[in-house]
Amino acid sequence: MTPVKISIAAAIASLLLILIVLELIRGRRLKERYALMWLVTGVALLVLSVWRGGLDTIAGWFGVETYPPAILFAVATLFIIIVLLHYSTVLSQLDDQNTVLAQRLALLEQRVDHVTSGTQEPPGDAS
Amino acid sequence: MTDAGRIVAIVPAYNEAGAIGDVVDSINAASPAYDVVVIDDGSHDDTAAIAREHGAAVVSLPYNIGIGGAVQTGFKYALERGYERAVRLDGDGQHDPGELAKLLGPIERDEADIVTGSRFVDGSGQYRPPLARRIGIIWFARIVSLLTRQRVTDTTSGFQALNRKGIALFAGDYPNDYPEVEATVLVFKHRLRLAEVPVTMRERETGRSSITLIRSIYYVLKVTLALFIAMVRKYAVPEEKVASS
Repeated sequence: MTPVKISIAAAIASLLLILIVLELIRGRRLKERYALMWLVTGVALLVLSVWRGGLDTIAGWFGVETYPPAILFAVATLFIIIVLLHYSTVLSQLDDQNTVLAQRLALLEQRVDHVTSGTQEPPGDAS
Repeated sequence: MTDAGRIVAIVPAYNEAGAIGDVVDSINAASPAYDVVVIDDGSHDDTAAIAREHGAAVVSLPYNIGIGGAVQTGFKYALERGYERAVRLDGDGQHDPGELAKLLGPIERDEADIVTGSRFVDGSGQYRPPLARRIGIIWFARIVSLLTRQRVTDTTSGFQALNRKGIALFAGDYPNDYPEVEATVLVFKHRLRLAEVPVTMRERETGRSSITLIRSIYYVLKVTLALFIAMVRKYAVPEEKVASS
């Protein structure tokens, strides 16, 4: 059986996580798109810390008999991995977009320079 | 549209102030048909200014985006300006513009869409890179040959000629680190015709190759992974979209 103290501490921690995330969204420092996974994590942890019988049952499924709160760690870790993976994909996408932007900017700048400097047509450009 | 006879010579350069002037001059000296465009990849020195003084068009990236992104900028430039043919050579002077005509041969005869200048194709053995580098080059050549079922001897060469199809492919999709290796697989996947012609390369004029041992090991692993992924990756079909001007 999960010790009561652990359940209380875990519930407070998950509540804090949810409140902080909500506050960050409210202050427009976090976009909903990136906050969603954190809220799901917070709610899942909150449910598992309050619903003590449920935690024991789930622990039983995985053969964790001596210390059910280990499931809390497992769930938290799993969600953090998912969030981090999601961020890696976001980062890769931003990286790509950043490259495209830099290229477009440089190509446009080159065109503008040639137009404003009043020189003849840039080499090869007869358009 | 651009005059059909013009060929764009794409020269990516990062901090090559010492060599870029000669590179631009030697391309122009090789044939008046080349329009040189230097892609300045966020250099901290006078690369852009010197290239401009020597009469090249200069596209300056706002910050360093890496060799693949820089080269791709050149292909985008070529696509936008309507060039039918492009050549690509490095900004450090290791590629001899006198050999460009050889590279363009298979393109003109419509035997290939992309032609790479290889240091190894005829086994003349003139080019002797350091051991670690040679192992890397051979390793990639083997894997790429296996994957593409075609004999490829030099996958790291940045000395190339392309027709419009090749330009459009690379403008739409081009890998980043050691891009030439992965690009070879890209070409194969898109069923473009690849050819190699033997060339000799000169020693670097200034600067040093930016690759150290630990970095090389990291790159070899990364590019090898990228190669196998490239074989099964989902590709966006590059469309030939020309920006209106």
